[in-house]
Amino acid sequence: MTEQHTSTHMEEPHITPLRTYFKIGMALFLLTFLTIGAHALRQYLQPFSALIAFSIAGVKAYLVMAWFMHLKYDKPTNRLIFASGFVFLAVLLGFCALDIVSRIAQSSIL
Amino acid sequence: MASHYRDATHQYDSNKEGIWLFMTTEILMFGGLFVGYIIFHALYPEMFAEGAKFLDWRLGFINTLVLIFSSLTMALGIYYCQVNQRNKATWALAITILCGAVFMVIKYFEYTHKFHLGIFPGQKLNLEMLKPVHENLGLYFGFYYCMSGLHGIHVLIGMGLITWVMIKNIKGEFNSKYFTPVEGVGIFWHIIDLIWIFLFPLLYLVG
Repeated sequence: MTEQHTSTHMEEPHITPLRTYFKIGMALFLLTFLTIGAHALRQYLQPFSALIAFSIAGVKAYLVMAWFMHLKYDKPTNRLIFASGFVFLAVLLGFCALDIVSRIAQSSIL
Repeated sequence: MASHYRDATHQYDSNKEGIWLFMTTEILMFGGLFVGYIIFHALYPEMFAEGAKFLDWRLGFINTLVLIFSSLTMALGIYYCQVNQRNKATWALAITILCGAVFMVIKYFEYTHKFHLGIFPGQKLNLEMLKPVHENLGLYFGFYYCMSGLHGIHVLIGMGLITWVMIKNIKGEFNSKYFTPVEGVGIFWHIIDLIWIFLFPLLYLVG
């Protein structure tokens, strides 16, 4: 067990500055308030209210992934691995949607 | 360092890669539920709107802020390990666990309020008490309880994992050269925040 603790990294890993973490946290807070603001005004934003809510969520997700999860300064392999999950999710949604839409169009029975 | 690695960097890189492979499976698991929700929402929009009326967006909003703050404190926990400030790291991890507890308390109030109205998961949904316009309202609450419940279970697991690394940190097992378990637990906790960032608008706002 102790052998693990005496070994060192060969190169200096990137350390995100404290100030950056607080700035990202603040941005996430503000974007959450923006989401609520858009929700309060949703009758004026139709039919885009869902798109706006999820777009803001997408920006928040990017901030969490890039800085809190440190992916911005990580190896490209790890970014690729994590992105592949979302790619296959899109495949799942795409084919299911195609299936249902084409079946309902053919006949009104699901 | 385990013997099958070239050096410490190789071990660290391999460990991180394994952690990311696991996180991908988490995305696929929750994502499948999201896909199901999206499809059935598209098929039964009015029924979903009726179900969504039972959710309080203000509680979801507070929970969102709580989790975002906990993500910040988790990142700080890792930072303090990286700069060899062990006590501050312990504090940051402790506050993260506390935030998780606050989240679960709010979730408890949300669930018990629904139970009070007769909205139980699955077959136990009390249609006579609720008298909903749509008889298949159980489909909505099936998704609600499964998605928010699975997320809640992950919050509890995360709290346990953070407690585990916090105790290891107090015992002095981490330093600027070795903190991989803290990082791994941290990435898991950020996944939990990530899921909630999408779950909040899906359940509480879009309806």
